[in-house]
Amino acid sequence: MKTTEETTAGGGDVRLTGISKTYGDFTAVHPLDLTVPEGSFFALLGASGCGKTTTLRMIAGLEEPTAGTVHLGDQDVTALPPYKRPVNTVFQSYALFPHLDIYENVAFGLRRRGIKSVKKQVEEMLELVQLGEQARKKPHQLSGGQQQRVAVARALINHPKVLLLDEPLGALDLKLRRQMQLELKRIQTEVGITFVHVTHDQEEAMTMADCVAVMNAGRVEQLGTPADLYENPRTTFVANFLGTSNFIGAEVDSTSGDDIVLKAGGGKLVLHRARASAPATTGGKILAGVRPEKISLTHADDAGGIPEGRNRITGRITESSFIGVSTQFVVDSPVCPDFEVYVQNVDRDARLVPGAEVVLHWNPAHTFGLDAAQDVDAGVGTAEEEVA
Amino acid sequence: MAFVTWFKRNVVVIAGLLTLAYLLLPNVVVTVFSFNRPKGRFNYQWQEFSTDAWRDPCGVSGLCESLGLSLQIAFWATLGATLLGTMIAFALVRYRFRARGAVNSLIFLPMAMPEVVMAASLLTLFLNMGAELGFWTVLIAHIMFCLSFVVVAVKARVMSMDPRLEQAAQDLYAGPVQTFLRVTLPIAAPGIAAGALLAFALSFDDFIITNFNAGSTVTFPMFVWGSAQRGTPVQINVIGTAMFVVAVLLVLVSMAVGNRRKRQKA
Repeated sequence: MKTTEETTAGGGDVRLTGISKTYGDFTAVHPLDLTVPEGSFFALLGASGCGKTTTLRMIAGLEEPTAGTVHLGDQDVTALPPYKRPVNTVFQSYALFPHLDIYENVAFGLRRRGIKSVKKQVEEMLELVQLGEQARKKPHQLSGGQQQRVAVARALINHPKVLLLDEPLGALDLKLRRQMQLELKRIQTEVGITFVHVTHDQEEAMTMADCVAVMNAGRVEQLGTPADLYENPRTTFVANFLGTSNFIGAEVDSTSGDDIVLKAGGGKLVLHRARASAPATTGGKILAGVRPEKISLTHADDAGGIPEGRNRITGRITESSFIGVSTQFVVDSPVCPDFEVYVQNVDRDARLVPGAEVVLHWNPAHTFGLDAAQDVDAGVGTAEEEVA
Repeated sequence: MAFVTWFKRNVVVIAGLLTLAYLLLPNVVVTVFSFNRPKGRFNYQWQEFSTDAWRDPCGVSGLCESLGLSLQIAFWATLGATLLGTMIAFALVRYRFRARGAVNSLIFLPMAMPEVVMAASLLTLFLNMGAELGFWTVLIAHIMFCLSFVVVAVKARVMSMDPRLEQAAQDLYAGPVQTFLRVTLPIAAPGIAAGALLAFALSFDDFIITNFNAGSTVTFPMFVWGSAQRGTPVQINVIGTAMFVVAVLLVLVSMAVGNRRKRQKA
């Protein structure tokens, strides 16, 4: 990543070098290099069992890496036990100490480091997470959202170089989760500490993080800003895990300047060279992808009115569901049997009902090209499965 | 009709009270007869009220010595069994080792073995080893049979304990010793206390195993048994009642402390 070279001092960078973890025959994390820039909100995103939590626990020191090193800034902490690392964790189930009240839970880290006058700091921290009133209650007397905030306060009060969050919102209901996402983001901006956040919820990762690493089967599939990952996925896994994608198996017809012309089902599609992550040689295969919301839907009768220079595909609507802000269509086309299209409900065309013949068209700039030798359905449904 | 309705409404309470009476009646008898002034040597018939025995609890020769010995043995047996049992419980819950399953079931065997058989076998063992019967053989035997109960009580508690709590403590700068003292031990404490209380009670009133392995040493249960052959001094009831009162007081105090803590927190 760009930031690595820029901040050579790297006070709070987390640098993982060739780090891996195996349990007997099972490899939880394949050797991986990762740099989390200081002060960033970094998300490790992936389905359960992809190695994201193991990676986090290796940073915390709760898991010993099989190989590789962990650096915090310039310090090699690989051999340090967790209680000697300037890193704190917010655990998935919060792991609040049931025998201590909220005040003592938050003060725990300070007291262990031999700090005598903790009162002021603890009170300030409880104010930050809006729990000043609850200081003398036991953890089980608080709601899930409150317990979550105690867990954050208990970790943050130690001013760690890095705060690790292991699915911290997983146990909360949807509404509270949204609220806590904003809350965590606010706290991170306020304290400016590096956050490494593990989650299986792509929406959560995209809303909160500056930078997301998508993990799959013990490897980082792709690293980037949420917008970059969404617009330029480099694998079908990333394309499917972050939102929905339509894929068209195509053949490279010709290349001209910055454009690659593709042949698919008798029609031609244009793909910008910069957006193809696989090499394009004439006659070679490529997967052309496009997001459902980039596509316009026009009834076949009006096809003449579609401007020149747009990628177009014909098909027939098989399903339509009205969502409120948009309508989601499934279109059967010769190149893809279930093409998904989301249309904003601005001017609804009453003719767009199941059975109608339509033309799908979009700006060629919104097409991305992937290596055709991948499973088109990789990453489909994995996120939902885990939630259920 | 009115009575039937009343009875139906209160049947649970009545059943509860009857069960409680069934449980407590023997204790009432012990208490009442501690104020008796028997004619002759046997304290089996009510004669007249007196506080003689209460004013002179050690008036029977050997009684207070045996009581002291029993308390002493119970204390050390509790300490030994609680220490060993707690460590076994942690080992069984926390670690995966060879023969863990076997150890898990073997631990329960002493509870299942008929006590009198175990007592006789222990005596055989001690005799073959050439051990001198007395305080030490009794103590060894008591630690042995208390151990299973402590393991069961502590294990239940440790099993329900989230291992992430200790990880959280380590993450918050507590080293292994601090983690154990500040997190593990306080959370496991109720289980350990339950095990210790059980061990104390079992050791204090054990008769069969003790009788086989005590040699010429006399514990309180053995004293009561021995004197029952020749006559039962009222002082036995006094000691019994005193033990009962101490136990009830302990329970009341711990309940009061718990309640006050709860009220403070809320």
